[in-house]
Amino acid sequence: MTPAPDTQSLITFNSVSRFYGEVLGVNRVSLSIPPGITSLVGPNGAGKTTLMNLMTGLIRPTQGEMSVLGVPPDHPERLCRLVGYCAQFDAFPKGLTGFQFIYSYLLLHGLGDAECRQRTLAALEKLNMTEAANRPVGAYSKGMRQRIKLAQAIAHDPQVLVLDEPLNGLDPMARAETIALFREWGAAGRHVIVSSHILHEVDRISDQVILLSHGYVVAEGQIQGVRSEVKEQPMQILVRCDKPSDLAARLFQQNHVVEAKIQGDGRNLLLRTADADAFYLLLNRVILETGLDVESVAPADDDVNSVYQYLIGYEGGSV
Amino acid sequence: MNALWMRQIGAVLRLEWKKTFFNKRAWWIYMLAAGPVSITLIHWLFELNRPVSMARHSLGDDSVGYAAMFQFFYLRGAIFFGCVGIFANLFRAEMLEKTLHYYYLTPLRRELLVAGKYLAGLVTSVVLFAGSAALSFLLIGRHFGPAYNDYLMHGPGLSQLGWYTLTAALACAGYGAVFLMCGLIFRNPMIPAAVVYVWENLNPFLPALAKKISVIFYLRNLCPVEVPLPPPLNIVVVDTDPTPVWIAIPGLLAVTALLLMYTAHTARQGEISYGE
Repeated sequence: MTPAPDTQSLITFNSVSRFYGEVLGVNRVSLSIPPGITSLVGPNGAGKTTLMNLMTGLIRPTQGEMSVLGVPPDHPERLCRLVGYCAQFDAFPKGLTGFQFIYSYLLLHGLGDAECRQRTLAALEKLNMTEAANRPVGAYSKGMRQRIKLAQAIAHDPQVLVLDEPLNGLDPMARAETIALFREWGAAGRHVIVSSHILHEVDRISDQVILLSHGYVVAEGQIQGVRSEVKEQPMQILVRCDKPSDLAARLFQQNHVVEAKIQGDGRNLLLRTADADAFYLLLNRVILETGLDVESVAPADDDVNSVYQYLIGYEGGSV
Repeated sequence: MNALWMRQIGAVLRLEWKKTFFNKRAWWIYMLAAGPVSITLIHWLFELNRPVSMARHSLGDDSVGYAAMFQFFYLRGAIFFGCVGIFANLFRAEMLEKTLHYYYLTPLRRELLVAGKYLAGLVTSVVLFAGSAALSFLLIGRHFGPAYNDYLMHGPGLSQLGWYTLTAALACAGYGAVFLMCGLIFRNPMIPAAVVYVWENLNPFLPALAKKISVIFYLRNLCPVEVPLPPPLNIVVVDTDPTPVWIAIPGLLAVTALLLMYTAHTARQGEISYGE
């Protein structure tokens, strides 16, 4: 039995609500976020940024309690040593170069000049911004501004990195490099909390997802686990085999199979079943009885995009 | 105060100077400080080249003239508006530009942020306005040559220079604390600034008790030379006993400290929303 992780390694929300006057930000959110990459997914106004602002202490809960690695948000002196936040705002203090921007805020951590310089250079190098370091941030392109924000967020080596739409404005190369950086951080046992509207990228990088809608947490956990919990939506499974029509004929005799259609080059069978376990048992039987040559069997809708559509759908607007 | 706090306040000072005060948008504040220096410089050059046949004014006239300039231009104009421009923007401009969160995401006590920003504004405003007041004072009687040197070194000049410089510095401290608070609390600090401005300028005409609830009342009492008001203003002015220096200075500093404590408390409770 795996021991439960202690709160010192978790970001915890205990029935947290946040209202802006009469407007709901998030309501009764209870979460325990373990280390690794966690994606926040939801339409505009779902509460993603509110949740991130709560984690970083920029706002406080109206009700409920929360802590980040055991530190409550009303202790910014302790919290901000643990947390780095790349916020959504594309705004920078005027008149500073990229180097000055990172270095000046690092000094506020109370570090010495030499250490601040060394950490600033390391952060700039990590985000490939060394060459542009001495240019004013105001003269940067959108992608460079995004990267300098990321560099600033990681410069003090935080345990928790919170990133609001971090891939916005990045070209494909920078995107790939940034995702690799997130993976490196997640693999090192740190928390990387990402909100992104690019669902296929969320799918690629996340260890777990939190789906939000209208201020409520709709689902959380590993995406396959979340998908299997969505019982009302039949599971889609793609089978690639030599005789898909024979398999389809057998499947239609089953009550749990809702739909089966042959796709692509005629060797793909996409089916929808209300009972995946029953389907896999049946498939084993068919293989044994008919000698069906199965090339691959894979779930076709246990990705973030599908789960998002099932749980939130178009009702929530754009992601 | 421990070493970490000192380093953090130092870092806020450096950052504020770098991003705010060497800023092109602050040109009008530099003009406010440079204006009287330019006028007294022109006055000196004009008096030096004045034909002997033309009547010359006395050192006493220049002393009163400077006192009037100090009370009406510096205290009620340049320092007041300069402090609005410097201090009200320390928080408000960052909220409008959506950059305050960078500060709030550092492990810096919010009280230290307020202290650092206030000190940055105070040093700047004192250098600009107390420096300008002192320089103007040194220039206004320069055309009297050795007589003015004598007035400064052996007469009341040096003491007057000290009081004007101290009063200017106290004005920066008092108005600075008022406008730093306004910048943090009010979405548009210009409205409270206008209210304070009207109140401060009505001061001579207010009843004795109401007079004392202002910054200008204490500052005026610190000015070494009285400015006679011309008629009919001298009739409507309400005379009150001047506040002794030993009350005026600590009183002003105590009010400043209270305002800063309230600002620090507000910053501590503050959140980043940028009005969205």
